[in-house]
Amino acid sequence: MEIATQRAPAIGSNPANYMLVAAALVCLVALVSAPLWAGRADLRMLMEALSFLALAQMWNLLAGYTGLISVGQQAFVGIGGYLFFALAMFGGIPVLAAMPIAALIAGLIAVPTGWLLFRLQGAYFAIGTWVVAEVFRLTAAQFPALGGGSGISLPVSVAKSIADTRAGREMVMYYIALFIALGAVLAVWLLLRSRWGLALNAIRDSETAAGSLGVRIRRIKFAVYVGTAIGTAFTGAFIFFQKLRITPDAAFSVTEWSAFVIFIVVIGGLGTIEGPILGVILFFLLRDIAADLGTIYLIGLGVVAIAVMLIDRRGIWGALKARGVPSLFKIQRHLK
Amino acid sequence: MEMINVILQGVLLGGLYALFAAGLSLMFGVMRFINIAHGDFIVVAAYLMLVAVLFLGLNPIIGILLVVVLMAAVGYAGQRILLNRVLDDDILPPVLVTFGLSIIIQNSLLETFSADSQRVPASGFDTASLSLSGDLAVGLLPLAMFLAAIGVIGVLQFVFYNTALGRLLRATSDDPEIVPLMGANNGHVFALATAIASGVVAIAGTMLAMKTNFDPTIGPSRLLFAFEAVIIGGMGNIWGTLAGGIILGVAQAIGAQIDAGYQILAGHLAFLAVLIVRPSGLFAKAKG
Repeated sequence: MEIATQRAPAIGSNPANYMLVAAALVCLVALVSAPLWAGRADLRMLMEALSFLALAQMWNLLAGYTGLISVGQQAFVGIGGYLFFALAMFGGIPVLAAMPIAALIAGLIAVPTGWLLFRLQGAYFAIGTWVVAEVFRLTAAQFPALGGGSGISLPVSVAKSIADTRAGREMVMYYIALFIALGAVLAVWLLLRSRWGLALNAIRDSETAAGSLGVRIRRIKFAVYVGTAIGTAFTGAFIFFQKLRITPDAAFSVTEWSAFVIFIVVIGGLGTIEGPILGVILFFLLRDIAADLGTIYLIGLGVVAIAVMLIDRRGIWGALKARGVPSLFKIQRHLK
Repeated sequence: MEMINVILQGVLLGGLYALFAAGLSLMFGVMRFINIAHGDFIVVAAYLMLVAVLFLGLNPIIGILLVVVLMAAVGYAGQRILLNRVLDDDILPPVLVTFGLSIIIQNSLLETFSADSQRVPASGFDTASLSLSGDLAVGLLPLAMFLAAIGVIGVLQFVFYNTALGRLLRATSDDPEIVPLMGANNGHVFALATAIASGVVAIAGTMLAMKTNFDPTIGPSRLLFAFEAVIIGGMGNIWGTLAGGIILGVAQAIGAQIDAGYQILAGHLAFLAVLIVRPSGLFAKAKG
C-alpha cells in the first residue's frame, strides 16, 4: 500500500467538478468587479459579508480542525479594532499599515491568553474564552483616551487619508475586504494542503490516534489559536475602520462576532472550507429578507442552528458532500 | 470598619453566585456538558417570579415554589426532548444548541417583556436590615439568600451522598456506559439531573428577581459568574463552589469599592488569578 500522500484526482474527472469550478470563477469575477456594478448599499453589504467570511474561516479553522470551541473570538475582533484606532489616531501610522500591525500585536496578546486558557478543557475552554473577551471589553471601557464606555469616532482626516473622494474611499475599503476574505480562504486552504494540514486533519479525526503517531497536538493547537487570533484581529481592524466608530459593546459583542459567526460555520458545514462560504451566503440572504423582523429574525436563526444539530450536524455542505457533491477546495489525500 | 462591611456584603453576594453555580456544576458533573443558556434560564426564572408576584398577585413564597416546580418540569422535558439528542463525545452540538437557546430566550423575553429593567417587590423584606454593631448592618434579603444558598447546597450534598437517586447520579457521572447495564435509563437519569439543576436555577432566579433589577440581556454575565465560582472552588466539590461564589462576591465588592467600573472586572481578574495559580480550583477533590 502506498503512503497516503497522493493528491486528489485532477479537476475534470467529474462533470460536477466543472460546474462547481465554473460557478466559483463566476463568483470571483463578480466580486473583483463589484465596484463597477454594485450600488453603494450593495457594496456595503458585500464588505460586511466578506468580513464575516473571514471571521467564519478563522473560527472554522479553530473549531473544525483543532476542536477548540471558542465563544470568545470577539476578544480579537475588539482588540484588532481598538489597536487599529489607537495606532491610526495616536501613532499616526498609515491606515494600510495600522491594520496588519494591529493584527500582529493581537497575535502577541493571544500568546499569554492562550497559555491561560489552555489550562481549561472542552466546554470549560469555551466559557473561559468568553470571560477573557469580557475582561478585554471591560478594560477597553477604562481608557478615557479611547472614549471609555461610550466609544470613539475615527477622525475624518484618517478616513480621508486613503482616498480623497467618497467613491474612492469605498473602493479602497471594498478591496481591503476582498483581500481579507480571499486571504483567509486561501490561507486556510494552503495550510490544510501542507504537512500541517495533514496533522490538523488527523487531530480532527482522532486526537488520540494523531498523538500516538507523533503529532505534537498541543503545539499545533496553540499555533492555530494564535494564527486565528491574528486573522480575526485583522478582520476586526477592518470592520471598525469601515464603521469609523468603535465602542466596547460593539467591538466585543458576543452575539455579533461569536454567535453569528458560529451559526454561519455550523449551518454551512463545520470542518470544510466550502461550509463557511455557503453559510455566509445563506446568512446574508436570510438577513436581507428578514432583518426587519428584528428579534423574530434572531429567534429564527437560533432555531435553524438547533435544527442543523438535530437533523445533520455536518451542516449543509457536509450533507451535500456525503451525497457525492465534489469539493471545491481539494484537501483530501487518497490512498492508491 | 468600612472594609469589613464591604467584605460582608461580598460574602452575602457570594451566596447568590453559589446558587447560580450549583445548577451548572450539577449538570456538568453528571453529563459533562455546559449549558451556555444557564444564565438565561436564571433570567427566565426571574421573569416567571415577576409574573407570579406582580401579575398574578401571589405571595412571594408561593411564587418561588411555583417557579421551582415549573422550571424543574420544563428542565426534565427539555432534557429528554432536546438535549439528550445532542449529548455524546463531541462537545460542539450541546454548546451550539444551548447557544441557540440562549439567543432564542433573550429575544423572546425582549419581545414579551421589552428591554425595560424590572424588579420584584418583596413587601419591605428587601429593604429591611439587621443591625449587627455600630455601623455594621446586613440586609435581611441578602442574609436570607445566603442562608438559602447554604440550605440548597446542603440538600444537594445530602441527596448526592445519602439517597438512591444520588447514588444513581454519581454512578452515571463516573461511567455513563456501565450504568445502563445495571438497568438504569441514562436519558431519564440525565433528565432528573437537569430537573434538579433547574429547580436550583429557579431558586437562584427568584432570589435575583427580588434582589436587583434585571432585564432580558443579563443572562450571559450570570453564566460567567456561575462558571467562575465553579472553577475557583474546584470542580466536583459542591462546598468548594460555595467558597468560589464567596471569593467572587468579595472580589467584586472590593472592586466596586475602588470604582464602580471595576466591580465585574475585579471578579473576572480574581478568577484568572486562580486559573494561573491553581488551574484545578482552590478546593478541588483529588481525582480517584
